[in-house]
Amino acid sequence: MSLLSKVKEALVCLRAGRVTLPYPAAPRPVAGNFRGRPIFDAAKCIGCGGCAANCPAREILIHDVCQEIRVLRYVGRRCTYCGRCADVCPEKAITMSTDFETATDAIGDIGQTIELFMSTCQRCGRCFKEPSPLERLKQKGYRFDDLAHDRWVFGSRAYLDTERAVDDIRIEMD
Amino acid sequence: MLKDLCRRMFGRSLWVYHANSGGCNGCDIEVLNVLTPYYDVERFGIKLVGSPRHADVMLCQGAAMRSTARALRRAYEAIPEPKLVFAIGSCACGGGIWHDSYSVIGPVEKIVPVNYYIPGCPPRPEAIIYGVAVAVGLVDKKTAPVQFKQAEFPIPRYHPSDLKSDGEVVVYEKLDRV
Repeated sequence: MSLLSKVKEALVCLRAGRVTLPYPAAPRPVAGNFRGRPIFDAAKCIGCGGCAANCPAREILIHDVCQEIRVLRYVGRRCTYCGRCADVCPEKAITMSTDFETATDAIGDIGQTIELFMSTCQRCGRCFKEPSPLERLKQKGYRFDDLAHDRWVFGSRAYLDTERAVDDIRIEMD
Repeated sequence: MLKDLCRRMFGRSLWVYHANSGGCNGCDIEVLNVLTPYYDVERFGIKLVGSPRHADVMLCQGAAMRSTARALRRAYEAIPEPKLVFAIGSCACGGGIWHDSYSVIGPVEKIVPVNYYIPGCPPRPEAIIYGVAVAVGLVDKKTAPVQFKQAEFPIPRYHPSDLKSDGEVVVYEKLDRV
């Protein structure tokens, strides 16, 4: 009986044939609704910051260098490719590509940085009003994310020291 | 240099140890998917082992948590040299979506040195195979940092230092582009 079941199993395996995909040698297309890495188009971006406000992983950082220059940085480390940035973008400057071959030995390779020129108001010569503390908490106008450490800054500049606020308790290592 | 060392030392087989330090089990399923006949990685000599002492490579999944950081570090130290660490998934690469909560320390590179990153949530089995192929030198990596710079201001910009008063009229001395 057990021999018969072995023969049966061998028959099933023979009928299946060879199923292993020759993946790294041959390309493997993705399914139609697959979302990969987002690609930012600097020519279309108007710098509204909606993607940064909607990113659940807070991976899109915005830093206003001066009145006219806004730096938008996609870090991409903990991006879950949810597509909310592409969904909310009014100019469709963000497209979710089907690019999944993002393995790298340096994590900075998956980042994208865009320097944007923010056109100023013709009457007052500014892009934004100087924010009040309440507006700063609501993340309108100026943004001060920490590009040097790839850290988003919640609302105010109070967290701009180099150490994370989470590191208050040290983990003791052996 | 690291790539050469990899190719020499790990040319025949990589035995991987699979360490989850607080992930959601999604990346674990994808890693086990890689071992199935469809994505048969044993053709590259990759084998999953149960003990870090038998392993060459540690696959880290999940962010480093306050409760598991120490165990992760000890598992890393138990692997004999030379060793590689792969961070698989966006939790291991960047701390995950709860990166700012209390119990999450952050990416696993805060605890163990990471050699290769495979982002994705979870990464496809092909992406994991691609990362392994990058590590053993079968393919080249495709990603590079992208940067768009604003070369010049599209409109002229006036500085207060260029303002000169000429009687009652204010004169801009400089009108060229900054």
